Amino acid sequence: MGEVRLMKGNEALAEAGIRAGCKAYFGYPITPQSEVLEYLTAHARERGMIVLQAESEVAAINMIYGGAGAGARVMTSSSSPGISLMQEGLSYIAAAELPCLVVNVNRGGPGLGTIQPSQGDYFQATKGGGHGDYHLIVLAPCSVQEMADFVFDGFDLADRYRNPAMILADGALGQMMEKVEFRAYEPSEHTPPKPWATTGKPRTRERNVITSLHIEPERMEEINLHLQKKYRTIEEREVRYEEFSTEDAEVLVVAYGLVARIAQKAVELARADGVRAGLLRPITLWPFPVRPLRALAERVRGFLVVEMNAGQMVEDVRLSVEGKVPVASYGRMGGIIPSPDEVLEHLRSTIEKNQPTSVEVS
Amino acid sequence: MTGLEVLENVLTPEEHERLECVYERPDTLTDTRFHYCPGCGHSVAHRVIMEVVEELGIQESIIGVAPVGCSVFAYQYMNIDMQEAAHGRATAVATAVKRILPDRYVFTYQGDGDLAAIGTAETIHTCNRGENLLIVFVNNAIYGMTGGQMAPTTLLGMKTSTSPAGRTVETAGFPLKIADMVALLPGTCYVTRQSVHTPNAVRQLRKALVKSFQYQQEGKGTCFVEIVSNCPSGWKMTPLEANEWLVKNMFPLYPPGDIKVPEEKR
Repeated sequence: MGEVRLMKGNEALAEAGIRAGCKAYFGYPITPQSEVLEYLTAHARERGMIVLQAESEVAAINMIYGGAGAGARVMTSSSSPGISLMQEGLSYIAAAELPCLVVNVNRGGPGLGTIQPSQGDYFQATKGGGHGDYHLIVLAPCSVQEMADFVFDGFDLADRYRNPAMILADGALGQMMEKVEFRAYEPSEHTPPKPWATTGKPRTRERNVITSLHIEPERMEEINLHLQKKYRTIEEREVRYEEFSTEDAEVLVVAYGLVARIAQKAVELARADGVRAGLLRPITLWPFPVRPLRALAERVRGFLVVEMNAGQMVEDVRLSVEGKVPVASYGRMGGIIPSPDEVLEHLRSTIEKNQPTSVEVS
Repeated sequence: MTGLEVLENVLTPEEHERLECVYERPDTLTDTRFHYCPGCGHSVAHRVIMEVVEELGIQESIIGVAPVGCSVFAYQYMNIDMQEAAHGRATAVATAVKRILPDRYVFTYQGDGDLAAIGTAETIHTCNRGENLLIVFVNNAIYGMTGGQMAPTTLLGMKTSTSPAGRTVETAGFPLKIADMVALLPGTCYVTRQSVHTPNAVRQLRKALVKSFQYQQEGKGTCFVEIVSNCPSGWKMTPLEANEWLVKNMFPLYPPGDIKVPEEKR
């Protein structure tokens, strides 16, 4: 057993950042994730970490660009409106292939919205978010334990692929307290050499340049092809998901993050009622678990995708299922968390609509 | 091919033997022809900075940050480690580099649109935090790269492609004297305004840059060197006309000289 503590999700995330060898954190206060910056200013500086409260999220993400370019493990965190402000910087970071960790403690939108939990930023997180063809590696925790664990995983993935990684949480995960165990982790064993970093040019090598500017179209296309090749490799190797009661499932719920825990409860209630329900929880939202969902589509009669948004991940589920069986969507918005009973109700109606005799796949 | 190599083909061996090398491209500049328009101050400013880097022997311990604007390609010429920042964000990028590598020299090279319009917040706050780095600010009162639009520093009455009848206070407000603004902040240690329009001006700029790197080494805070420069293409003038216009029109509003010097130097 490692060290077990009772912490808020935001605090666990911050503590994990220190333990993962994050050299610098740049951030700007925004509810519901300000505890990250507060925790780090109180506990990280004495442990050798640079913690800077930037003048804006725009400045913070560009500090991340500079710090990552200088070869250090760096992270920032924010919530939805702040993450929107960071999108230009994230596009530059992805284009310049700089490893870093960005955390979005998702709150309800659009606009200034609400400070309550939401999954409304799924599209933004998984489809790129800023301009141009790029992807973040997106990890979706469902517990305070995973808020901590995915910091280590996020940094490792970012360094392995020279790509920004994102933890997509929500306001409830950031604020709620659970026990968390910190793993033994030696940052130096997980951090690859970074010969491309701008650290001052010795006479023995050519100068290093961090840039995303390539004026010649042929060169720009080459860069794009290189990035796309990298993304295909990540899709091949890094898909993560969890299955619950899928072996004999007739109907499958797909949900991520906090909603997956609610959906699991609904599946248990359904099973107690004699309904053979199952759950697939995507852990990486990009790369998305396309193949396992496609395989399950051969066996189940229908899918129900439950999200805290108007139906975003459901599009990726439908693309994975390729029309083989119906895919229904249930979402709550505005910061409202669906209850297990609500999910159960929609699970029942999904099953009723998808009885073998009445199934018509359009 | 170096100048001496060119002359080898032109001169007799005896004549060539008598030549003395008095000036050459420093190792801190790459062997790449500048893309800047004829007469543009950027080429001179690049060269002066890199000559100072060579003279101080800090090529191995310096990191530069290039902006968006005409000097976006600065890293093609400066033979040092460099990062190319998003528009206006050079000082945020430089802040992180310097914090992570405090024993390295760090500088940004930015134009007026980059530093004094879209990047105003980053400029002010970097100076206000007193980040221990150098900001080189090239002010030619126009957006060069995008084709000659009005800048925050454009003079009143000055014609640009987005102020075709001349800048007016009613529609565009006043030219922004951002060097004077940052001089008010306790975080800046040295704020000076220089130019590159004459050999003497270049010598003065060189001294200002040497001082700035010395202050950075001593950890004195932010140094801010404005270079009042020209844009012959954007101003629609010959290089000579542009430099004459600069003296007559830019200097009254942006006079050369130190705006703020460290306490003990006063």
